[in-house]
Amino acid sequence: MASTDILNTPSDVEKGYSTLNLGPTHPATHGIFQNVLTMDGEVIVKSEPTIGYIHRAFEKLAERRPFYQITPITDRMNYCSSPINNIGWHMTVEKLIGADIPKRVQYLRVIIMELARISDHLICNTVIGVDTGALTGFVYLFQFRELIYEIYEEICGARLTTNIGRIGGFERDFSPKAWAKIDKFLKEYPDALKEFEKLVMRNRIFMDRTIGAGPISAERALSYSFSGPNLRAAGVDYDVRVMNPYSSYEDFDFIVPVGTNGDTYDRFMVRQEEMWQSLSIIRQAIEKLPEGPHHAEVPEFYLPPKQEVYNNMEALIYHFKIVMGETDVPKGEVYHCVEGGNGELGFYLISDGGRTPFRLHLRRPCFIYYQAYPEMIQGTNISDAILTMSSMNVIAGELDA
Amino acid sequence: MDSTIQEKIISIIKEKFEGDILSIETPYNFLTINLKQDNIIEIIRYLYNHPEAKFQYLTTVCGIHYPDVKQIAIMYQLHSLTNNWRVRLKIYLPEENPVVPTLTTVFAGANWMERETYDFFGVKFTGHPDLRRILNVEDMIIHPLRKEYPLEDQTREDKKDFMFGR
Repeated sequence: MASTDILNTPSDVEKGYSTLNLGPTHPATHGIFQNVLTMDGEVIVKSEPTIGYIHRAFEKLAERRPFYQITPITDRMNYCSSPINNIGWHMTVEKLIGADIPKRVQYLRVIIMELARISDHLICNTVIGVDTGALTGFVYLFQFRELIYEIYEEICGARLTTNIGRIGGFERDFSPKAWAKIDKFLKEYPDALKEFEKLVMRNRIFMDRTIGAGPISAERALSYSFSGPNLRAAGVDYDVRVMNPYSSYEDFDFIVPVGTNGDTYDRFMVRQEEMWQSLSIIRQAIEKLPEGPHHAEVPEFYLPPKQEVYNNMEALIYHFKIVMGETDVPKGEVYHCVEGGNGELGFYLISDGGRTPFRLHLRRPCFIYYQAYPEMIQGTNISDAILTMSSMNVIAGELDA
Repeated sequence: MDSTIQEKIISIIKEKFEGDILSIETPYNFLTINLKQDNIIEIIRYLYNHPEAKFQYLTTVCGIHYPDVKQIAIMYQLHSLTNNWRVRLKIYLPEENPVVPTLTTVFAGANWMERETYDFFGVKFTGHPDLRRILNVEDMIIHPLRKEYPLEDQTREDKKDFMFGR
């Protein structure tokens, strides 16, 4: 993607600037991002990001798929916390069809979404450690992501691209084995997280490396439409879970941590505290978990159990209608947003009553805040640029859709 | 958002830009205002600076192609974080040559959102600092999210709507 302005202009050569390609594939960028840096010695003068290397045209694909077939597409956006994307999409459709979701489903969803948030933040924070040279925390905490993935596996059968749940709820209630695994995780993870914090949080080397690296002010962050931990690290307490509660988040008591400087250390600390809050939300949800069905009564969208399909005429009809994409959907436009792993994940869905969406726009937080990256790394050196990128939690799948 | 707040936002816009409002809808209780395209940036700037409304957060910008009326709509979704009000503003541009002033003068974050809209719908944002394709390759000649570019092979008959009784 050569463009004339990213090549050295004569004046740059006269100034002694050099051009450096960071990426597209580089072990330190954790994904396919290209940045063409103009360097003055070790200092970054200008950066030119190129994105779109793994663009898969999700918005166009969605225009040819029935609603339930769009869930696997959302998996592949922020694949570090795909259940949040899946459930966000389910909730968008439920809003469109006006489904009444049982309390139990909402609580089960909260448990899954908070587990996903932990796995997302866990990866991001340990990778900040890796980029500062502390591989231990990464390797140590990664086994707890494995525990989370085993919980997903017990609930939906998949691990990374989960396709979890259905429109209207879950395909089955959590099994005793799944609950046992959640308990095991809740028991073992806090100790490990504490150890990780002891290892990294007040570590002199880590603090010297991260404090003041890639800062952004609250004004600029708002102007760039930041959201999620990155915005909160800059000092703005915007959390979708609190501002526009969905899935019964208003029932839970939790703190929204905010930072002050918006630098790498603040972003790290905000995520660290959010993991503790997520653990607390999961405990509260398990404690208050109401009895009830594990799915809503939306037979036109929720696949009936197999034995009923074979033995019951209505179930067979609904099964056929769903699979053949023949369900009637109301006309309308709906916007639903959830607090994803890295910010406000929004689904803007326009339905014209056909079997597929007329238009589905995905508000992908990564895509929106990554554009501030050149501004954030200007005047720093490469090692800080690497840290800034990993601490922003930019996920290539979500960036490129 | 309850209807008194929606009335309030409408009256704030009507104070200065009454003539620009084409129609007002509230699909799923979300205030949507269809506007004339001429003063859209001034309206957003006015909402940004308004002491009470303070719509200072741009949630998203996206394009929508309506092939039946040969129009491309641009949807701006604003959020007032201080009041927790949300509003959706829509303008309609002609399909052949959609041109609209850039919003980057108000929000820095509009930059890539507008580049994405240009990339997928061919909407030209005048005054944009760097209007290039962003996700698609640069030598692409079409704007793929327009409805005239089908995703699947259109000679296929087995997936037409009439097969499903429509």
